[in-house]
This record gives sequence, structure tokens and C-alpha cells, in this order.
Amino acid sequence: MNILSVVSGHHGLAVAAALFAVGLLGVLTRRNLLFVLLSLEIMLNAAGLAFVAAGALWGQADGQIMFLFILATAAAETAIGLTLLLIVFREKRNLNSDAIADVPHVSSRGVKSNHPFEGDKPVANSQ
Amino acid sequence: MLDYLYLLPALPGAAFVVLAVLGKRLSQPVAAWVGVAPTAAAAAVTLAIAAECLAAPPRGGSFRQTLWTWLAAENFRVDVAFYLDPLAIVMAATVAVVAVFVLLHAVEYMAGDDGFSRFFAVMNLFVAAMLVLVLADNLLLLYVGWEGVGLCSYLLIGFWKRDPANGRAARKAFLVTRVGDTALLIGIVFLLVHLGTLDIHGLQVAARNAWAPGAACAVLAAAMMLAAAVAKSAQWPMHIWLPDAMAGPTPVSALLHAATMVTAGVYLVARLGVLFTLAPAVQWATAGIGSATMLLGGAAALTQTDLKRALAYSTMSQIGLMFAALGVGAATAAIFHFLTHAVFKSLLFLAAGSVMLAVGHSSDMARMGGLRRSLPRVYVAFLAGAAALAGLPFFSGFFSKEAILAELWSHGDGAHVLWAVGLAGAFLTAWYAFRLVFLVFHGPARVVVAHRPTWVARVPMLSLAALAVLAGWVQWPGVVENGQFVAHFLDASFDRILPSMSLAPEPTPATRWMLLTSATAAAIAGATLAWWTTHRVHARAAEKITQPASLFTRVLRYGVADRAWRAVAFAGLWIGNQLARMQTGRVRWYAATLAAVTVLAVLAAVFL
Repeated sequence: MNILSVVSGHHGLAVAAALFAVGLLGVLTRRNLLFVLLSLEIMLNAAGLAFVAAGALWGQADGQIMFLFILATAAAETAIGLTLLLIVFREKRNLNSDAIADVPHVSSRGVKSNHPFEGDKPVANSQ
Repeated sequence: MLDYLYLLPALPGAAFVVLAVLGKRLSQPVAAWVGVAPTAAAAAVTLAIAAECLAAPPRGGSFRQTLWTWLAAENFRVDVAFYLDPLAIVMAATVAVVAVFVLLHAVEYMAGDDGFSRFFAVMNLFVAAMLVLVLADNLLLLYVGWEGVGLCSYLLIGFWKRDPANGRAARKAFLVTRVGDTALLIGIVFLLVHLGTLDIHGLQVAARNAWAPGAACAVLAAAMMLAAAVAKSAQWPMHIWLPDAMAGPTPVSALLHAATMVTAGVYLVARLGVLFTLAPAVQWATAGIGSATMLLGGAAALTQTDLKRALAYSTMSQIGLMFAALGVGAATAAIFHFLTHAVFKSLLFLAAGSVMLAVGHSSDMARMGGLRRSLPRVYVAFLAGAAALAGLPFFSGFFSKEAILAELWSHGDGAHVLWAVGLAGAFLTAWYAFRLVFLVFHGPARVVVAHRPTWVARVPMLSLAALAVLAGWVQWPGVVENGQFVAHFLDASFDRILPSMSLAPEPTPATRWMLLTSATAAAIAGATLAWWTTHRVHARAAEKITQPASLFTRVLRYGVADRAWRAVAFAGLWIGNQLARMQTGRVRWYAATLAAVTVLAVLAAVFL
């Protein structure tokens, strides 16, 4: 029995939506960067599933082609993401995204600014 | 000879490549040869071509040399092609000849400098770019030259890069002219979209057929071109970069910021004359901006204590006079004044360079004075340049200035105002020119002369001095053909593109005498006043006299335009500060914001 005759495209879309919500929730609530990356993967796969399901609904191959693209993108993204993660860990000895959040030039008052023409003195005196 | 036209930009370009690649490995004498000889050869070729065109004008009065096709896509095609007509000949010959003299003088001025070969490399690149600019057959190639000279200007103003002030001056010049460059690019694309061609001559024919005088399209296109010219030629309100550009070595000021690059705007307006006649409002703007700059620049030059800055304000003022002439359609007179101005102003800068070497690399006039005994030849050269600048009778500047004043007078009733302003400008010019002469060369000597110019510096100065005295005589009846030689030669260039332009009626002999006398009187009065204020009046009192002028300087320096730029910068900074508060570094907040905005966007797309 073909599985697609039991599970319709609509079910597939519903599962995709649920997966996407789970992934998003993970990204928003998790502090450990490794789990944030995992949650991102879940979101990507949710999008892929939505493509396949929509393709099945309309009887088009486009959805599956898009899924192949997403697969390739996700692989590349994981490679880069994990590399960055390793570097961050080596630098900070910590993967808590809140703890390592620091933008050095930002204070509570925004960028510590200077006069835009500070030191812009004319070359020679005219007076 | 015409077939060698491509050599004009190619020779200095090759010198640039050689100096840029081998640069530091060449000894200074070798680098000097490589730096000067190709440009001298290019100048020789230019003069040979000019002589040939005078003897036997090419068929149709112009010559076109296509080197290769640059871009080709369906109907759009741009060639790398050069176009030679009287206007291009006058521009190219002036640029090449002045460049040779300036480069020769620079061999002495820059001797011993660490960046000797770098200096000559960039100067040669500049000459190549400037020749591309004046010879370009289409606007895109012209734009390449236009940007090229802008780049060289940046590199040369900041040439002594150890001092951050020089870097700031270079950035200032680059950014301000960039505003104009952008306007030029917009104008070029606008013309391409509306007329379908970038060929300078095809374009003007098409413009005349497509647009009625005063049509919105023509006004917009001409206004863009005017904005580009105003920025490049340091006219009010975009003049702010030129005085600071004096941070560069003096030969740079002589070649780029007096003789050639800053007059690129004059060339652009003259070249696109048809476009401007189709937009009378822009023509009036040109004349107004030019007149205002002439007065403000002249007044500012009167109050300077720095020799080079005084000359820079003088350049602004003289180019303002050219713009005033262009505004009333007198392109011939404007280009003639460009020619004489290129000669006498580069001469003044070279002489100033020798003076600066003599008093120990300083352009402060407080260190100068009484130099006429210790530097007699420099004094003669500077005096010739100042007399030409002041427009004393029978010096070259007299002929070109008188031609412009006559055009301003005969343009119409409203233009008598322009003429009066021009006359006031001539008076101011004579005043500040001789003030410089008296302050630098007369009075008590203040320092011991450290360096006297050798022949390398003397030959260019005295050659240019001879030209500054004699160049105007080609206009005199009987000297070459029957008078108005340059005017007739150039008219061939403008007549063909402006057949419909009605020239104002010839002034009556009585009017001509009145114009000549008033111009002469203004020049002599200015020179006399300069003598009086520097010799007879106590320095304090002289300051009182120039007080109103220094008010103008303040307007120039901290004027409306400057405030507007600052307001833009501060607004950008404030907005940036506010937005920076969102950059907390907390990725979870970023993700939440992203998700929320996406949801809102989707909701808006679905329900609105």
C-alpha cells in the first residue's frame, strides 16, 4: 500500500508547520549554541518537508528538487556553523549565547561617538 | 601626423607603467628622464598635429580616430575613440605644454624626496587621463578621464602621506568632487536613456532635434552637467576643497589645481554647449555661480597670509570668470581665458615653488619679503605672471579678460550687471595679484635665501613667463592673420555645433573703446591700490581696508554649504546611534525580531 495514499499532503504540511514551530522555539529559548544550531536544522528540514508535501499535493516534481537544494544548503550551513562554534568555544571557553554576547563599542547610550570632523583642521591658516 | 593621435595619452601612460613597476629601482636622474621625456614627446606630437591642422584642416573640420570597440550590445555601442577639433587641439596643446614645463620644474622641486618616482608616476598618469578627457569622442570615455584625473588629484594632494592633515585634505577633495562625479554619471545615463547615444556630437544633434529650448529634459540634463562642472572646477558652493588641496607639492598645485584639472568643468560646459543653449535657466545659473565665485574668490585671495592659498582662491575666481562667460554663451572667450590662465597661473605657482624652496619649504608670506634682490629671475617671472593675471594692458590676461568683458557687455541689457561684476572682479584681481608681488618680493628681507633655482627650474619659469607676456598677441590684428586668431580658430569648433546660436551684434567702436578703457582702468587702479596698501599704509590700516573681504572669507569657509554638509553628517550619526541600540549582541533577540517581523509581514501580505 502506498504510504502517500494514507498520508495526504495536508498532513505533511501540518507536520512541517509543527516542526518549524519546534525549531523556532528552540532557537529562541535555547542558550547553548550547539542546540541553537540543531534547532536551525530542524527548521530547515521543516521547510524541506513543506516543499515535498506541497509538491505531492500538486503532483509536481519541483518540491523535491527544492528539497535537494535545501539538503545541500543545510550541509554547507552545518559545516560553517560547527566551525564557527569551535572557534567561539576556543576563544571564550563557553557556548552560552547570552554570556558571550558583547559588542565592545556599544554602551547603554549607544555608540560612543565623536564629532564627525574631529581633528579636521584646515591645512594652513587663512586669517 | 593625425594618425599618431593615440600617442598623446599613450606616451605618458607608458611612462606611468614603467615608473609604477620599476619605480624604486630607478635612480633619480633616470626616473626624471622617464618622467619628463615621454610627456615632452607627447607635447611635440600635439604641436605637430596642431600645426598640421592649421595648415590643412582635416575634412569636415574634425578628425576621429577609433582604436577599438569597448562595448557593443544590440543598438548600444561605445568605442574607444578620440575626436580632434579646434577645441580639442587648444585644450590638448595647453595641457601637454604646461605639463612639460611643470614636470621639468618638479625635477628640481622634488629632488631628494623619498617618493620621487612615485610622484612622477602619478603625474604622468594624470597627464594621460587629462588628455583622454579632452580628446574623448563619447561621454563614457570622457568619464574615464574625468575619474582618472580625480584619482590622481587625490593621490597627489595626499602625496606627503606622513602628515595626517594632507590625507584629510586629499579625502576632502575626493569626496567633494565625487558629488559632482555622481551628478555627471546620472547626467550621462539620463542622456543615454533619452537620446540613445553617448557620442558627444551625435548626442547634441539628437538633443536639438528632440528637445525644444527650455524643455524639462534638457534643463535636467544640463543641470546635472553643471553640477559636475561646479564640483570639479571648485565653484561656489563646492569650492571648499580647493584651498585645502594646496597641501600637495607645489608642482601639483601648478598643473592640477591651477592649469588643467580644475578647468575640466569649463571644458565640459563648453563641449556640451548645445545642451546648455537648450536650457536657458541653467545658463543663467552658470553665469550667476561664476560671477559669485569670482567676487568671493577674489575677496578671499586678498586676505590670505599663505602664498599658495592666495593663489588657490585666485584660481577659483578666474575660473568663475570663465563660467560667467560660458553662461552667456561666449565659449570662445572662456576657452581663450582658459589658455592664458593655464600659462600665467602655472607660472605663478612654479615661481611660488621656487620662492618656497628659497625660504625653506614654507608658503607663509610672513617669512617672505624683499626677495627681488636675491631671486631676480624668479621675481621677473612672478611679475610677468602677476601682470598677466591682473590684466595689465598687452599682457596675455588682458586680451582674454577683455574678450570676456566685451561678451558680457554685449549679451543684453540684463548682462550689463554681469559686466559690472566682471569689472569689479578684474579690479580685485589686480589688487590681490600685486599685493602678492609686493609682499613677497618688496619690502625688507626676512630670511636668508637657502636655495637658488638652477637651470632645470629657470627654463620652465622663463619660458612660461615669455608665453604669459606674448600669448595674447596672437589676437592682435596683423600679428597672426588679421586679428582674433584664436577666436576664429575656436569658432570653427563651436559654429558647427551651434549653427542656430545667434551671436550678439558687434559693439560699436565707441563701446569697444569704453570697454577697453574701463578694463585697463580697473587693472591699473587695483595695482595702484595694492602698492598703496603695502607701501604707504600702516599694516593695521591695511587690515581695516581688507576687513570686509575677510568677512567674505568667513562666509566661504563656514558658509551655508558647509553647515549643510555638517547637518547631513550629524543626522547620519544620530540615526546611527539610535539604531545601534538594537545591536545588543544577543542572538536570541535577533532571532525573535526576525521571526516577529516575518510573521507580521506574512500577515500583512495575506490580510491587507
